[in-house]
Amino acid sequence: MTTETKSKFILETVHVTKQFGGLTAVKDLSIQVPQKSIYSVIGPNGAGKTTFFNCITGFYKVTEGDIILDGESIVGLRPDTIVKKGISRTYQNIRLFQNLTALENVMVGHHPRMSAGWLGAVLNTPHTRSEERKTREMAMELLAFVGLKGYEYELATNLPYGQQRRLEIARALASEPKLLLLDEPTAGMNPSETEEMTEFIDNLRKELGITVLLIEHDMRVVMSISDIITVLDYGEKIAEGAPDDVRANPRVIEAYLGRGAATQHETQAAA
Amino acid sequence: MFHRFMRRHDTTDIVMWLIGFGLLAAVIYGSFVTLSSGKYDASVWLDFTIFGLAQGSVYALIALGYTLVYGILFMINFAHGEVFTGGVFTAYFVAIALENSGFIERHWVLSLLILMAVAMTVSVLVAVVLERIAYRPLRGAPRLVPLITAIGASFFLQYTYRGIYGSGIKTYPDFPALDGKLNMFGREWPILTVQALVIVVAALMMIFLYWYVQKTKAGKAMRAVAEDKEAAALMGIDVDRVIVNTFALGGSMAGVAGILYALLFKQVNAFMGFIPGIKAFTAAVLGGIGNVPGAMLGGLFLGIVESLGPSLILDGLGIPSPYQLKDAIAFTLLVLVLIFRPSGIMGERLSEKKA
Amino acid sequence: MDKELKFSWSEILKFGAIAGIVAIYVILVGMVEAFNDRYIISETVTLGQIALFSPVFLLGYFAADKARQIKSTGFAILSSALVGLVGGIFVAALLFLGANINMRAVFLNVSPDLLKILHLGQETMLGAIAANLIISAIVGLFGGLFALTPHKWSNALLVGLSIVLLMGIMQELMTITFGSKDWYKPIGKFIYAQKGLSWGGAILFLILGAAYSLWRGSGKFRPAAKVAKMPAKQRMTVSLTAWALGLIILLALPKFLGSYPSEILTTVGIYIIMGLGLNIVVGFAGLLDLGYVAFFAIGAYTVGVLTTTGKLATVGWSFWMALPIAVFLAMFAGVLLGIPVLKMRGDYLAIVTLGFGEIIRVLVLSDWLKPFIGGAQGILQIPKPHIGGFVFKGPQQMYYIVLAGILLVGYVAWRLRDARVGRAWKAMREDEDVAEAMGIHLVSTKLMAFATGAAFAGLAGAIFAAKLGSIFPQSFNLIVSINVLSLIIVGGIGSLPGVVVGALILVGLPELLREFADFRMLFYGALLVAMMLVKPEGFVPEKTHARELSEKEPFAPEIEPEAPARETI
Ligand SMILES: Nc1ncnc2c1ncn2[C@@H]1O[C@H](COP(=O)(O)OP(=O)(O)O)[C@@H](O)[C@H]1O
Ligand SMILES: [Mg+2]
Repeated sequence: MTTETKSKFILETVHVTKQFGGLTAVKDLSIQVPQKSIYSVIGPNGAGKTTFFNCITGFYKVTEGDIILDGESIVGLRPDTIVKKGISRTYQNIRLFQNLTALENVMVGHHPRMSAGWLGAVLNTPHTRSEERKTREMAMELLAFVGLKGYEYELATNLPYGQQRRLEIARALASEPKLLLLDEPTAGMNPSETEEMTEFIDNLRKELGITVLLIEHDMRVVMSISDIITVLDYGEKIAEGAPDDVRANPRVIEAYLGRGAATQHETQAAA
Repeated sequence: MFHRFMRRHDTTDIVMWLIGFGLLAAVIYGSFVTLSSGKYDASVWLDFTIFGLAQGSVYALIALGYTLVYGILFMINFAHGEVFTGGVFTAYFVAIALENSGFIERHWVLSLLILMAVAMTVSVLVAVVLERIAYRPLRGAPRLVPLITAIGASFFLQYTYRGIYGSGIKTYPDFPALDGKLNMFGREWPILTVQALVIVVAALMMIFLYWYVQKTKAGKAMRAVAEDKEAAALMGIDVDRVIVNTFALGGSMAGVAGILYALLFKQVNAFMGFIPGIKAFTAAVLGGIGNVPGAMLGGLFLGIVESLGPSLILDGLGIPSPYQLKDAIAFTLLVLVLIFRPSGIMGERLSEKKA
Repeated sequence: MDKELKFSWSEILKFGAIAGIVAIYVILVGMVEAFNDRYIISETVTLGQIALFSPVFLLGYFAADKARQIKSTGFAILSSALVGLVGGIFVAALLFLGANINMRAVFLNVSPDLLKILHLGQETMLGAIAANLIISAIVGLFGGLFALTPHKWSNALLVGLSIVLLMGIMQELMTITFGSKDWYKPIGKFIYAQKGLSWGGAILFLILGAAYSLWRGSGKFRPAAKVAKMPAKQRMTVSLTAWALGLIILLALPKFLGSYPSEILTTVGIYIIMGLGLNIVVGFAGLLDLGYVAFFAIGAYTVGVLTTTGKLATVGWSFWMALPIAVFLAMFAGVLLGIPVLKMRGDYLAIVTLGFGEIIRVLVLSDWLKPFIGGAQGILQIPKPHIGGFVFKGPQQMYYIVLAGILLVGYVAWRLRDARVGRAWKAMREDEDVAEAMGIHLVSTKLMAFATGAAFAGLAGAIFAAKLGSIFPQSFNLIVSINVLSLIIVGGIGSLPGVVVGALILVGLPELLREFADFRMLFYGALLVAMMLVKPEGFVPEKTHARELSEKEPFAPEIEPEAPARETI
């Protein structure tokens, strides 16, 4: 998965704002994600993190601002074009193709890197066959990589929760992204599962060399693995920097302990 | 500029607009030709419009059933046309009995009320049973599942009516009091009595419905459930009951609509509800599905377009026997609205898709 | 509340009342009378009686099934009989009312004939009422006993009874088909009486069916698994042989069966082609297209217009020249109609496509297009296709065109299903937003599904026109779309074999039961509702591929000689 790099930053957002009617969910947000880093966006529930992701991946039209992937503006593109350019993602509340097998899910993930069309499929051309075979092999490898070996033919809906999360990551990886967006990958996990997932994410960068943009509302998860952390509150950036700086930042403490403490408790109770 | 435009829109959008503008151009051209030919005079247009209003009132009443249910369950109750049929068709037998006993001639208002009561009862019954048996177990299922169920129910009901009541077309008895033009305040108005009655009754029903939804406790509960089912349940609202109420309310409107339809068109049969049902759905979409006043306006609008369209547009385009294409106009309108303003004329409350 | 009390007398009343109401429904809607001349077992059991008593049977079954879980077996049996009795009271009440007041003014079917049937052979009213009560109670009791029978046996019984029913219905067909054959005469004499099965035949089929079911249930009947265990070479030979054998049987069928059954098969086949097409649109891509008949009509009318030698004659092409044009035009229409509707939400799409279907129907009937396509008079004198001197003149010959169509279309559908395109369709069906975020271009992917489905329908329409030799607008109404939808749902949405099974059941069976025609849509409607409520995956559900074979040999070809990924691993 080596891609030539055009810029020091794989992703830059420039004064991105997203409004829903009167509500400003993301406000004037600029971040710069360095190549091959783990960059975390944290903040209490409702801070606008998921909305920010939706803007990057083209689910929402941004109200204002620009988004630059590897030196090229991607703002206004459709989601399917954006994946092709190299961003893929997972979802806060898992969104797998429930009635497809794990293998099929991952193979769908490879869709943008395949080219076989209608006619190729019907005529079963050599190109189609070899592409199909390679995709299948790659999907098997990815499944093994995320620890789902042996579950290839299970329907996604029948997998336990933790494995669904991993499958979603495998599906996202199958599109060979330059940048992987993970939306609260530890949501709903117990402490030991959380730990495992944290390690897994760290591994992603080490083994595959891709950049990870990570959303969390739980600060502890990201401290150990992030290079840079941006803290959002009410859609605005209130702090940015290395984990230790962020941890010490009084505004962050206020956001989390003041207003956020209650929400934090709730989500933990819910989980 | 163009580049930016092309990013969000692909060729299909352009084809869509071409189709849309093509149709629009045809409409304008056709109307222009007809109007400048002077083939029809003003009184004819007035007649067309009044007829359109009358049939539009019927559509509007049926459309309310679609909109109410959609507002709460986000499902198209495809069988609503059959809810409508059930009422009028059953009331037909009562109407015949009333006629044979001479009751209609002696007490036409009372007769009408009896017929409406019968039709409403049956329609409500059909709607509620439908909800209980066919829809309730499917709540939360993927969207197409209840829709397929509703389609099945629609055919099941049509052929049930046919099996039980027979397949022939039945003619409703005449209300002598409603014959001829409206005579009131010492002069004759350019409207048939029956049309005036239909419009007035429909308007009363709609006012009642609006009041019910806005002001009564049950109506408020309905709106709360439409807004957010879970929150409403937490607030102690019995969601199941509200849903039954909604079906019943839609059913009662359809029951009245049935009798009005019978007054206007005289004929009933087992399949009569299907096309008006789809048209009423069109009306509901026109007005922005889920939107109560929208459904009313959508119904009236559709009624008028359908009544004027063939003579105004198709005639001008030189199409022979334009009235045969009346139904095509309604469906074309539906397609156009969904292309250009899927949220309807009045707008539909639906948030941006969530990820 | 104590769970023990949950099944009580009031519950019995409720079940009985439901049985009674359903039975009354069956009577009023006219089935009992319509089916009463159809004997299943000679002089004893008619289809009308089956229709009359199946509600009490079913509810007796449900009552016992429920009661048994909380109460004693004895109570369960008692309750099923009581449910039957209560149901019988309803029917008896209807009989009594019908005999004393004139219900016919409203309920068309309450005729003297019907009342006679409800008398169940008794002369007096009292006797008739008693007979109804007793028989209902007994039937309810049977339902209960059926519920209490161990699953294996009740299943066997069910299969046996279904075979008896099927063979009873098929009497006419069998006689027409084989009546003149020497080998059949003694068999026919044994299994059939004047009307319906003979007792000997009934018992024979019951035993055969039950034995088959037990044998399958024993686990010894697993040809697929056996084949999967063979070494690759041998497996190939076996599956090739199976294919060849299947093909030979299919090819020989019309000669063997004769004209009338071939006629039925071609009709079924045309629906299979349409089903395979709609299956792509609805089953794979999840787009509920209710205007599917429009493409069928376009295919048929294209062939009609281009080939007819009648009043409306144009270019007078041969069928084979018109065929690709028909398919292409249908596909083109699919794309054209698809573009505006495919950006709509799923349920809107259903209604709008329905609207399109209606527009096409209205247009076909209109005076406006009458000079070209004949309006209500349709297009006559469409010549039969021919290859050289061979004319496909009757159903026995048209069968081959239909068969070729099915094989072609089935192959295409099968290839697409497991390819990139097919996966994109299924992903889109599961979650459109995520599919788009996975790089799937929604509009073009949907258009592909729409166009493929439309092309299949166009092909079906073309064959249909050639088969009939004349086409009329009535053949292209919404009912066709609903039929096709029903058959893929019954078979199993997204399942290719399901389409074939669905078409055989929903299109083939009604052809055998002519008195059924009036109730066909009633059944389809009920079936759609029931399937969605009880078995949304259909009777032959789409297999999650290779799952049952997954452990050892993930990519074992199922039966196809040309498996896509044989070389993997
Ligand atoms: N589609 C939408 N329509 C309206 N408001 C939305 C929508 N999506 C998110 N919001 C609002 O934007 C704010 C930020 O939400 P979100 O991005 O989901 O927060 P987070 O992911 O940080 O928990 C919330 O107040 C939420 O209600
Ligand atoms: Mg979030």
